[in-house]
Amino acid sequence: MQETISFTPQLAASPIAGILWLIPAVPMVASGVIALLKQPKRRTAATLAIGSLGFSLLIALAAFAHVLGGWSHGQAVRETVNFTWIQFGTTNVDLGWVLDPLSAVMLVMVTFVGLLIFIYSTGYMAHDENFTRFFCFLSLFAGAMLGVVIANSLLLLFMCWELVGLTSYLLIGFWYHKPSAAAAAKKAFMTTRVGDVFFLLGIVWLFAQTGTLLFYNGGAGSMEATALGGLLAQHAAWGLTVAGAIGLLIFAGAAGKSGQFPLHVWLPDAMEGPTPVSALIHAATMVAAGVYLIARVYPLMQAGALTGGTTAALTVVTWVGAFTAVFAALIAVAQNDIKRILAYSTVSQLGYMMAGLGMGGVAVGMFHLITHAFFKALLFMGAGSVIHGAHEEQDVRRMGGMRSAMPLTFATYGIGMLALCGVPIVFSGFWSKDAILESAHGWPVSQAPYYMLVFGAVLTAFYMTRQVSYVFFGQWRGHGHAHESPKSMTTPLAILAIFAVLLGALGTPAWPWFRSFLNGQAAEIDLHAFAEPAWLMLLATSCVIVIVGIGLGWLLYGNKSPKAEAPDVLEAAAPLPWKWLSHRLYVDELYGATVIAFYAWWARVSDWLDRRVWGGAVSAVTLVFRGWAHLNRFLDTNVVDGGFDKGCEELSTSGGLLSRVQNGRVQSYLRLLALGFVVLVAFLIWSSRA
Amino acid sequence: MSPLAGYLLVAALLFSVGLAGALTRRNAILVLIGIELMLNAANLNLIAFWRYGPHPEALTGMMFAIFSIAVAAAEAAVGLGLVISIHRHAKTTDLDAMNRMKG
Amino acid sequence: MSIVFFILAALTVAGALAAVLLKNTVHCALALTVAFAGLALLFLKLDAQFAGFAQILVYIGAVAILVVFAILLTRGSETPKDGVYSRGAIAGLVIAAGVFAVLGWAVLQSVGGLPHESGPAPAVTVLQIGQALMGRYVLPLEIVALLLTAALIGAVIVAMHEKEEAK
Repeated sequence: MQETISFTPQLAASPIAGILWLIPAVPMVASGVIALLKQPKRRTAATLAIGSLGFSLLIALAAFAHVLGGWSHGQAVRETVNFTWIQFGTTNVDLGWVLDPLSAVMLVMVTFVGLLIFIYSTGYMAHDENFTRFFCFLSLFAGAMLGVVIANSLLLLFMCWELVGLTSYLLIGFWYHKPSAAAAAKKAFMTTRVGDVFFLLGIVWLFAQTGTLLFYNGGAGSMEATALGGLLAQHAAWGLTVAGAIGLLIFAGAAGKSGQFPLHVWLPDAMEGPTPVSALIHAATMVAAGVYLIARVYPLMQAGALTGGTTAALTVVTWVGAFTAVFAALIAVAQNDIKRILAYSTVSQLGYMMAGLGMGGVAVGMFHLITHAFFKALLFMGAGSVIHGAHEEQDVRRMGGMRSAMPLTFATYGIGMLALCGVPIVFSGFWSKDAILESAHGWPVSQAPYYMLVFGAVLTAFYMTRQVSYVFFGQWRGHGHAHESPKSMTTPLAILAIFAVLLGALGTPAWPWFRSFLNGQAAEIDLHAFAEPAWLMLLATSCVIVIVGIGLGWLLYGNKSPKAEAPDVLEAAAPLPWKWLSHRLYVDELYGATVIAFYAWWARVSDWLDRRVWGGAVSAVTLVFRGWAHLNRFLDTNVVDGGFDKGCEELSTSGGLLSRVQNGRVQSYLRLLALGFVVLVAFLIWSSRA
Repeated sequence: MSPLAGYLLVAALLFSVGLAGALTRRNAILVLIGIELMLNAANLNLIAFWRYGPHPEALTGMMFAIFSIAVAAAEAAVGLGLVISIHRHAKTTDLDAMNRMKG
Repeated sequence: MSIVFFILAALTVAGALAAVLLKNTVHCALALTVAFAGLALLFLKLDAQFAGFAQILVYIGAVAILVVFAILLTRGSETPKDGVYSRGAIAGLVIAAGVFAVLGWAVLQSVGGLPHESGPAPAVTVLQIGQALMGRYVLPLEIVALLLTAALIGAVIVAMHEKEEAK
């Protein structure tokens, strides 16, 4: 069910919208200052980073309060501040930022979760010697991500998007001495690049068609009715309108950043980075940027849909999302690295978000994004705490029974896990996932995504139970003794756990505050919504999912602690499927054999071309010039110089010859005189004869 | 052929003989002799033209010749004095040996 | 063209030829005198009596004597070892011949314009000459006087310089 959102754009921006640019700017400036600091100045670096993000959080809260205030008075707030950046003749390229419910909510989430992770990092990275560099990159990332959130121009969004990709590369490859980390960083950058190429094509096409890249510009923006009408009127290939085609191109970029199939391969490898990085970037924020992008250009994706119907672009988004959800969940079952399980879980949940956007609209997808950000960050930070406590061990088969040694971590991790599984009523994950399932159930195109998402939910519960059993239950199989993490790490865990529970209240059918806030409508509390048969059916379905998933998981993995070398229970039962799943369904190998191999071949061909053909051409030109130079030198030495020298010699000789006339003897002079006289007179007479 | 032409031819012949003497003889004095002959030939020319030309009563040719004789005499004196002076210096009157102006 | 003219012309030319061809320089000087005499007679034939006598007085009486003096004073080398003719004398001879050819050609070219018959002999008296000298030609006269003075002084100086060296 999708609703068309109608905002009355406000032309005059409030003061808070005017200073909105500070939110990304301050962390970026802090990053620059930290870059100039020396390595030992750890406390200064951490203070600067945390302080700048705290400041951004305050402004974000103020902006949120402003939008909330407007919403409570029945006004739909959307304020934009736009300015011209470049002018080519009559065309302008404008940039700007926007303050509306979507950006306000996202701002608060990013700054708040980011701040908690920054504080967590001071504890986690305390023993790392590159502490200062870490906070420099983290701060830069925060600034760039916030830039993506407030951008009102697709160009500004793209610029910050690329910056986010860059900082992700820097942070994944933070421990660059490790070859696997360097390779993972490169892989992340290049895979997202593939998506970004399509994204850029979409941007250029949109600019060419509508003449503007601003989203909202008092009626002239590209997401507003006039531009969309123009885009809908034209047709591209394969039965798509231009709007649909551009939407799909932009989705390709979002698919890269948000790890949808087939561009998901970089996300699990990105776990090479430090755990705070995984928590912040690859769980809560950067990967969510793709989902946020689709939410931002939703008017474009949705353009042309009849009431209750859907568009081609959104259909594609739904199918990709649903497939990714199941695909990644299957692979997560057979993984043994604690962070990798969570990584595939993230990919799966991103698929859920995309499916939610496709079938249910902005509010459905975004709600899951917000709740997921909190409990996934919680889970990752908890995993970091576990790794820290198990002395840098990451294989779950070498852990076990840690609930007694790390009670706080266990408690918060458990809350996160239950939220992810979607345990009904209490936890936020249930409410957000439920909304997605509800919209899937009501999707007019097909019921297949619904069943896929249900199956994915079962798998989610199953593999999370497996993970928690391996880590916290049974016997300790690691080395040394496990110990609890310091307060700087456990306090953020606790805060996030609280939110993982409480946030659910914002999206219940009885009080759909989140949806109403985003859509600019009034939210009423209506407890009768709980009594609707459709909703009760969904509640029952979710209960069944949870019981089946957690039950099966506990049954198989419960309190047992198999030795690390022994095969997994499922592996023993079905070795071949287990092998496929644990090898991640061979997607990386497929890419290696096709794309990478082709790329390597092409690089060799290019190298040959460059050295032989272009290099040869350059050499040929050089030879021509050298030959020419030689010819010139030859001409100069022999013809010009030689000629000149010869001439001078002849002059000299003839001078010598002529000087013999001057022999000092009077008679010879006289003879010459007389001779001259003869000649002259003869000439005179001869000429006078005529 | 008119008488004037005859005189002119004689004068030309004298002139050439004098020139030949000036150009071929080694002794400086003989060169001066040649020069005197040339001057005399010119005088003969003058008188001949005076006699056969219009207005002989104007005496132009005669005057010219008389002045020429006077000048020639002065020139002969000075020239021969110079020759004697050179002889005292170089002990010879051989023109071929006097090439200090060679250049 | 009378016989007298031919005889006189032959005499003069013979004398001139002798003057330039003879080996002994004194003989040359004497032949020169003969040439001068011939010329004087030619002047007389041309009714230029004053010029003729002036020729005899000045040339034969002064110049020829002067030449003889000079020859006698410079007799240090009698006959040069290399002969009396200078190097390249052939070239000089040819050139002189060329000069004669050109002059003769010029004369013969204009034969048509020359008067055939001589007019009456002009009656030239010494009085007329004197009047002309003092009248029309007084300036050249004075200049010639100046010239003669300069020549005189110059010759004396040249001679005096020699005398000092001789000491």
